[in-house]
Amino acid sequence: MIDIANTKIDFLKSRIITFIFSSILVVLSFGAFFVSGLNFGIDFKGGTLIEIETENEIEIAGLRDNLNSLSLGDVQVQEFGSKNNLLIRVEQQSGGDQIQQNVVEIVKTSLNSYLSSEVNFRRTEVVGPKVSGELIQSGAIAILAAVFAMLIYIWFRFEWQFSLGAVVALIHDVILTIGVFSITQLEFNLPIIAAILTIVGYSMNDTVVVYDRVRENLRKHRSKNIIDLLNLSINETLSRTIVTSVTTLLALLSLFIFGGEVIKGFTFAMIWGVVVGTYSSIFVAAPLLNYLDVKREWNTTSAVDSTR
Amino acid sequence: MIYFSNIKISSILLVIFIALMFAIPNFFSKDQLNSFPSFIPKQQVNLGLDLQGGSHLLLEVDTVEIIKERLENLNSDVRRVLKKNNIQYSNFKNTDDNLKFVVEEFPAEIQKEISELSISNSQNILQMGDQTNLVILREENEVSISFTDEFVKLAVSNAVAQSLEIVRRRIDELGTREPSIQRQGSSRIIIQLPGIDDPDRIKALLGQTAKLTFQLVDTSTNYDPLNPKKAPVGSEILPSDADDSFKYIVKKRVMVGGENLVDAQPGFDPQTNEPIVSFRFDRLGASKFGRVTQQNVGKPFAIILDDTVISAPVIREAILGGSGQISGGFDSDEANDLAILLRAGALPAPLIILEERSVGPDLGADSIEAGQYAAIIGFVAVILFMMFVYRYFGFLADIALIINLFMVLGILSLFQATLTLPGIAGIILTIGMAVDANVLIFERVKEEIRSGSKMINAVENGYKRALSTILDANITTLIAAVILFFMASGPVRGFSITLAIGIFTSVFTAFTFTRLLISIYAKSLKPSLVGMKIND
Repeated sequence: MIDIANTKIDFLKSRIITFIFSSILVVLSFGAFFVSGLNFGIDFKGGTLIEIETENEIEIAGLRDNLNSLSLGDVQVQEFGSKNNLLIRVEQQSGGDQIQQNVVEIVKTSLNSYLSSEVNFRRTEVVGPKVSGELIQSGAIAILAAVFAMLIYIWFRFEWQFSLGAVVALIHDVILTIGVFSITQLEFNLPIIAAILTIVGYSMNDTVVVYDRVRENLRKHRSKNIIDLLNLSINETLSRTIVTSVTTLLALLSLFIFGGEVIKGFTFAMIWGVVVGTYSSIFVAAPLLNYLDVKREWNTTSAVDSTR
Repeated sequence: MIYFSNIKISSILLVIFIALMFAIPNFFSKDQLNSFPSFIPKQQVNLGLDLQGGSHLLLEVDTVEIIKERLENLNSDVRRVLKKNNIQYSNFKNTDDNLKFVVEEFPAEIQKEISELSISNSQNILQMGDQTNLVILREENEVSISFTDEFVKLAVSNAVAQSLEIVRRRIDELGTREPSIQRQGSSRIIIQLPGIDDPDRIKALLGQTAKLTFQLVDTSTNYDPLNPKKAPVGSEILPSDADDSFKYIVKKRVMVGGENLVDAQPGFDPQTNEPIVSFRFDRLGASKFGRVTQQNVGKPFAIILDDTVISAPVIREAILGGSGQISGGFDSDEANDLAILLRAGALPAPLIILEERSVGPDLGADSIEAGQYAAIIGFVAVILFMMFVYRYFGFLADIALIINLFMVLGILSLFQATLTLPGIAGIILTIGMAVDANVLIFERVKEEIRSGSKMINAVENGYKRALSTILDANITTLIAAVILFFMASGPVRGFSITLAIGIFTSVFTAFTFTRLLISIYAKSLKPSLVGMKIND
């Protein structure tokens, strides 16, 4: 039996090092984002995506050359899960939404004549320029709105110092997630936005549990040094933090390994988010309170208190 | 807190029982369900298009085209007024949203006559009251006429409503299984077609406005390829459907239009065995058509669909019966589709396909299978881990987790919410996160015991202390889920639904069901054991 209770780890001792570590990761993420950018999927870039399955293995290079000779611009062909499954991406055509529609027909006709065996068209997605532009916009608004809503909620439930600390940790997590997608060049599509929103929720969830304990301890130990108090709070909630992260990761890993190719990117983003979110609650959100001059004299008859 | 009244216990169990009843149908086939007694609910979870296979199309009504067409009608009316009053004008032109011309003088009464023109013009189309729906601006010598914003809005709104109806009719004619056709925003239409993974035929049907007209062929001149734009006044040059190089010159005046059709059916010409579409006019159409054919025996007339001449037969005798047929070298499928289009009527403006997402049935089935597999393995892993960390309490949390999953399924079935692939991911994420509420409580209880509380007090205080943390922690995730629900559409929206339901059920089970189990456990301990620790 592993007992992670009663730990007395000095998390804040290395706070300068972890702050520098986090800053480097943030800078790296920005760097990767500005140098190589995100590999936007058709949701955000527009274009056509076709997933096919064939009975025999297909020689990708030959098919790629064949499709690239259709003068549809850049056509990418990649294996998708198995050798019989291919993903074909055709870039957005210039000339508006109407023109996009012709691509599917041209590619289908070409595939049927090029491949001798039966082709099963598993998935077809066409996103025109108008919709892709709107999706980028609403995705960005959704993430900003979520972060802002968290800021307000924590402010309302705690104090502005907590709100600020939590949101800094949150932005840290979002930036690192965008960074990892810029570095790995994994496809960034609509479900990734959903994953980032979930990360925002999860990271906040984790931070709130630590902060709740900090607030409680601020009342309990009025004369305790703030660094000791933060350390105590992190240690007291540590076993919960670990257990919940492990169960969530177990579920997500199962989804990542067995859940199929279509939602791999989505699951990867969430696994990354859980790891980063857990890290940031302990090493970013909590230590930040040390610098934010939290209020020590909590009114024991406040509205917040009456709920306990 | 640890003591439950009988009423409380029964209502907790009742809620869980009802949820289970609604979850149960998902584990049986439709046939099995039908053999069950009638008190068992039969509704299964509604699968999204990405799981059952199907096609999603997002269309937009070309609103620019609607206004452009209205302006073209206005064009000739304005010119007529100017001519009638001997007003000299020049540089008369139509843009996408206004009419412009240059005049030397533009008296107020002319301006009034033009603005009244718009009233008479609008009354048969739209009810706008006595107000003019034109904005007439004069800048030096240039006059520009445009529609008011209200008029544009109303015209677009009407056109979209009409398009929606016609799209519905066209799709219904195809006999598609449970299509969903909805308006989105001011000018868009969302179509969901379960079971259709290759919507080519539907796209082709929706891609045509299907404006049918009968116009006389202008026989005074022949099409001159060297002068491809030259047509006599009152006539226009139109391409031929059968022969790309051939062009017709037809009179602009419409003899009869598609709006006068009452029926159209595909069939075969008894003599040539060629596929045809036979049609019937309403009374007004029949008399118009009869009159024109009577006056023009021996001359050809053109049957025009969307500005393309399908055929141009010669009128052999007056057609008075009000019915006729179109043959134009099409196959029987094309004849069938044309009949559908003619029956459903013409769209007021072209539709543009903005987005298409189609999933084949086997990808959907694969996704369901993979999702079930991942859910079971993730579930077993979490259950074993919880028992490893919390022993007996872990076992209680595991029972709560199972009930949780049934409740998520039950609620999805009850409200007929749509389950999508990201939705399955949301359920799996719930498996991982649902234990959190119980973990928070157990950790608190452990702390209480460590600080010397008796078991019963420890449980009681543990619950009390964990409450606000659990609420705060879950509300943050719920906020994210709600924002996602409003911002997203389609499969991703399904994720926000299962995530939100999972949050509610996990908080509910932690505060009712697990608590009940723990209180039973705590009370069952012998007094000598009441001070025991959880992890020994």
